[in-house]
Amino acid sequence: MSDMVLEVRGITKTFPGVKALDNVSFDIRAGEVHALVGENGAGKSTLMKVLAGLHRADGGEIIYQGQPTEVSGPLDARKKGILLIHQELSLAPELSAAENIYLGAWPTNRFGVLKKRELRRNAKSALEALNCGFGPDVRVGTLSVAMQQMVEIARAEAFSANVVIFDEPTASLTDNEKTQLFHTIRGLKERGVGIVYISHKMDEIFDITDRITVLRDGQVQGTVETAESDLNQITRMMIGRTLDAYFVKAEANFGEEVLRVDGLGKQGLFKDVSFTVREGEVLGLYGLVGAGRSEVVETVFGVRKADSGRLFWKGGEIKLPSPRESIDMGMALVPESRKEQGLVLMMGGRENTSLPHLSLFSDVSVMNRTKELAVFEKYRSALSIKTTGPDQALSQLSGGNQQKFVLAKWLCADPKLIILDEPTRGIDVGSKSAIHELIADLAHQGLAVIVISSEMPEVLGVSHRVLAMSEGAVVAEFEGDAMTEENLIDAVSHHRKGIAAE
Amino acid sequence: MNFDLNAMLRRHGLVLAFLVFLVGVALNTDAFLTPGNILDVLRQVSITGMMALGVTFVVLTGRLDLSVGSMLTLLTVIVVDQHNISGPFPAIVMTLIAGLAIGAFNGLLIGFVRLNALIVTLAMLSFLQGLVLFYSGGSNVNVQNAQSTWFAVFGRGNFLGIPVPVILFLLGAVVAGLVLQFTTFGRRVYGVGGNETASIFSGIDARWTVFWTYVISGFTTAIAAVIMGSRVMGAQNTIGQGYELTVLAGVILGGTSMLGGSGSIWRTVIGISMLGFIQNGLLLLGFPYYVQWLVTWAVIIIAVWIDLGAKRGRIFA
Repeated sequence: MSDMVLEVRGITKTFPGVKALDNVSFDIRAGEVHALVGENGAGKSTLMKVLAGLHRADGGEIIYQGQPTEVSGPLDARKKGILLIHQELSLAPELSAAENIYLGAWPTNRFGVLKKRELRRNAKSALEALNCGFGPDVRVGTLSVAMQQMVEIARAEAFSANVVIFDEPTASLTDNEKTQLFHTIRGLKERGVGIVYISHKMDEIFDITDRITVLRDGQVQGTVETAESDLNQITRMMIGRTLDAYFVKAEANFGEEVLRVDGLGKQGLFKDVSFTVREGEVLGLYGLVGAGRSEVVETVFGVRKADSGRLFWKGGEIKLPSPRESIDMGMALVPESRKEQGLVLMMGGRENTSLPHLSLFSDVSVMNRTKELAVFEKYRSALSIKTTGPDQALSQLSGGNQQKFVLAKWLCADPKLIILDEPTRGIDVGSKSAIHELIADLAHQGLAVIVISSEMPEVLGVSHRVLAMSEGAVVAEFEGDAMTEENLIDAVSHHRKGIAAE
Repeated sequence: MNFDLNAMLRRHGLVLAFLVFLVGVALNTDAFLTPGNILDVLRQVSITGMMALGVTFVVLTGRLDLSVGSMLTLLTVIVVDQHNISGPFPAIVMTLIAGLAIGAFNGLLIGFVRLNALIVTLAMLSFLQGLVLFYSGGSNVNVQNAQSTWFAVFGRGNFLGIPVPVILFLLGAVVAGLVLQFTTFGRRVYGVGGNETASIFSGIDARWTVFWTYVISGFTTAIAAVIMGSRVMGAQNTIGQGYELTVLAGVILGGTSMLGGSGSIWRTVIGISMLGFIQNGLLLLGFPYYVQWLVTWAVIIIAVWIDLGAKRGRIFA
């Protein structure tokens, strides 16, 4: 079982100004799950893109099944049996599952006409091998994220892949779906497929992988047997130091009520949501993806409209605000998706930081560049953001540094309430704990903080009080000693069962 | 080093090609690089250039304005006709108001109703062309006291030896450039073009931002119509035909991205001037005037190819 399916030797890849991969070597055995970990910008994704034919390496070689191999493109990689399952799925929502499995490599006769029956039959057996629970004809756009992922994995069956690379596969899965996915991965493993597993989530890595390779700044720090390693060792390899306190909670010292939401509802998304948050308090909002957490805070902030409900700001009732009004009142929303909602990636840090507060950074509509630069420098050092300058496009920064700019753009106007929607999703351990410290610090300064997270340890670790949401409703509230993982799981799963029973 | 050469060609290839062209024309003709001819070219590009200033705002938000061609026709007909009816000053005021109104209507449909910009402005192109014929009844209009009106200054005048339209164009470019680079409005335009969703999450009202870019586009087209009416001292029913593409070609030739969020006024000034020199050079070399349409095609394809190619390069590098 220990024969090598894929080996990379001395791979080097340079982008303008960055050495993304520096003489990287590692190997994948048949029937193993090999974790690839590292902070954002360590080179994991670049390495995988080289393997999958999306990037061409500047130097080094790829040995596939004992032969030196050139991978000329994604389709070539797939035909050779190397399959990359992207972080963002690469499916055509309007096509059927069968058509997606064979996307770009449809079986055709010699006149170029699609062999529909063959396509359907092969796809069906691939889906059945994975126990997917849906057929080849279903339109992919109607499937859940987890099921769409199964469609991608079915390609591994259809193309008899020898290597499957998972890039952050659980980022938007519920716990149940994750269990299902792991089951599938173990199935692939038993059939002798070599699996590369990229993730930031350490519990998953220790759960499912056999070996771990750590990358830092484009270099391999080492490969270890998972069973012989521990979190501490891996973390140290990743960031070159240990993290002592993973979570910091601010001392409970609450002031006046800042926000009260009363009976907020929106048809089809959430109903009768009520909560309050006070100065100096961190309110956690826990729930699985799809529970309506983001929709609720986006409605409070004003980017969505509500059907019903009342809002009270510092004790006085207000009508549902526009984003502009929210910001001017002192509300800040660090949104769920920093690339789509949080930042203008082609702009630099300076312009992104001032974007929500143009009137504060201008005199009679003329931008005050001096002020912008001062604030940029202040947050660059306060949050230790790595960037070459105020105008370096944020698209060139790592996820963690991008996220710090999202924080900077909101903190610079001294908000009274800051809402953080999945603030640590997809960022590295180092930046993660920096953000946890920041949350505690903000609460300590007297801000009201709302933290949304689907990572239970995080939401329990940073919050003073936690609301559990499920299917668009607040189903429980926990405080003090009642804030445990079991209680949260109970609250959410009971509610789901209750819904199912109805 | 292969990589560096590629990157260099990507970034400066068009300018290099342009310089080669300039030298080639200069070597084969006598008149090309004379001050008189250069001022001539600048005078010719001042109309499309003026329009391109406004269209740059629109393109920066990631949208298009194809209605400016027949808008130019209509507004030129209006300014010339009203000059005869109510005199130069009311004619200019009316033209500017009409330009603002047409731009506002585009802006309303695209910014607030959120209809597709391509469709809305293409439909407007057709609508305005029809409106021209309604207004003029199909006949061309001419300024009746062409020899004596001060209206002539906009298209035909000189100030310190420099044609007034060129001065107007450069003045407009300075104002537009300052607005884009230094005002909160300019920042909103870049924000909405770079990432509309993130801008909305930052409290920017994308609807108004988009609306105003079309109003600006209508306004600069109205100024261009005043220059055009003054230069020609008349207006045919097809006077602005095809201008929308020339203007767009100039904007993207300068390097302003069709995807929005990146570009600038000075780029547009360069792009539209390059286009002017290319057309002028071709004429001097003895090509018929309609060759410019073929060249416009090539320029649009190449410029868009470079723009998208630069982005695609990141995926398949």
